[in-house]
Amino acid sequence: MEALNILFFLILLPPTIFLFRALYLIFQICTSDCKLVSQETTLKTIFCIGSGGHTTELLRLVKKLSTQKYQPRLYIIADNDVSSEVKILNSESTKFSISRIPRSRNVKQSYLSSVISTLYAILRTIPVVYRFKPNVIFCNGPGSCVPICIVAFLLRCILILDCRIVFVESICRVRTLSLTGKILQYIADIVIVQWPQLRDVCFRAKYFGRLT
Amino acid sequence: MEKQYKKCFVTVGTTRFDLLVNTIFKPSTLEALKRIGCKDIILQIGNSDFEIGKYERNGVVIDVYRLKDSIQEDIHKADLIISHAGAGSCLEALEAKKPLLVVINEDLMDNHQLELAEQLQIDGHLYYCTCDTLESTLEMVDFTLLSPFPEPDTSLFMKYLDDAFRVKQNVD
Repeated sequence: MEALNILFFLILLPPTIFLFRALYLIFQICTSDCKLVSQETTLKTIFCIGSGGHTTELLRLVKKLSTQKYQPRLYIIADNDVSSEVKILNSESTKFSISRIPRSRNVKQSYLSSVISTLYAILRTIPVVYRFKPNVIFCNGPGSCVPICIVAFLLRCILILDCRIVFVESICRVRTLSLTGKILQYIADIVIVQWPQLRDVCFRAKYFGRLT
Repeated sequence: MEKQYKKCFVTVGTTRFDLLVNTIFKPSTLEALKRIGCKDIILQIGNSDFEIGKYERNGVVIDVYRLKDSIQEDIHKADLIISHAGAGSCLEALEAKKPLLVVINEDLMDNHQLELAEQLQIDGHLYYCTCDTLESTLEMVDFTLLSPFPEPDTSLFMKYLDDAFRVKQNVD
């Protein structure tokens, strides 16, 4: 009986520690300014590229970022996305690489099947994020950035990674957050909105005027 | 004298918007467009159910095509833009400082893009209507009252990022 108790204790201990660590991290993300002081001279940066309008919006923002500070750069795009690659090639002026992951949710997909395909996308994203070990992740709303951010968050929970997530809500969202925004507002370190009235919907959102 | 909008560019985006295409071809719409000076229409129809080609209806030349890599050139040549509510097309037209009328696709009622069109009308950068009200809107509104869309400004955001993420400076 005694041995069984110890066994249970040993099995339950890691998940409990993990849970507390995750909750603590969310608390930290939501309450502090999440500054990052790197010992390196550059920041390894991931850009989560979505599709269509999202790609254009994010690339415009990327153009304003310092090419020396945010280096090396990795673009993650959906595996069935062809047009984004051309757009990246046209807009990027420094060295970068591209990784492809499966789409977590296609337009008009049901909720249940999107949960399953998101789990699959998460599994495929783990090696990509783990190998690159980013310092900063930029994303702006397409569903495909959710698995990347979740993987980064989980790796942060188990102290493998120390990175910051910057989420910029699309200019299209005036009064309500996108589904991605609703999820990422808890795990993104910096949440940016482009309309002042969105600050009433999301307590953490910062507004610096229109960016794109 | 009223401003003349000789060249008009109509865009429905990459999907389809049959109702808008058909509304443009209605004689009453063309008459309303003619009253504000329209002589040429370039009509981008995407996957809408319509034959491409050059048409002449009610004395207006209508040039119909499906898709182009970039609609920027058509936007710059036009005096007036009639667009679907897609954020990409709307912002492109506003950035080119062209008078813009957005036609909402009511078949996509849950579409959040309506939010953007509404807000931009409140801010006085464009007008929006539906296919049913396109004709009356063209008669009613004065595009010269629209205010230009300000340039985006990322400087505050970049300053915030620089402050939040610091790297070791190269001394040498």
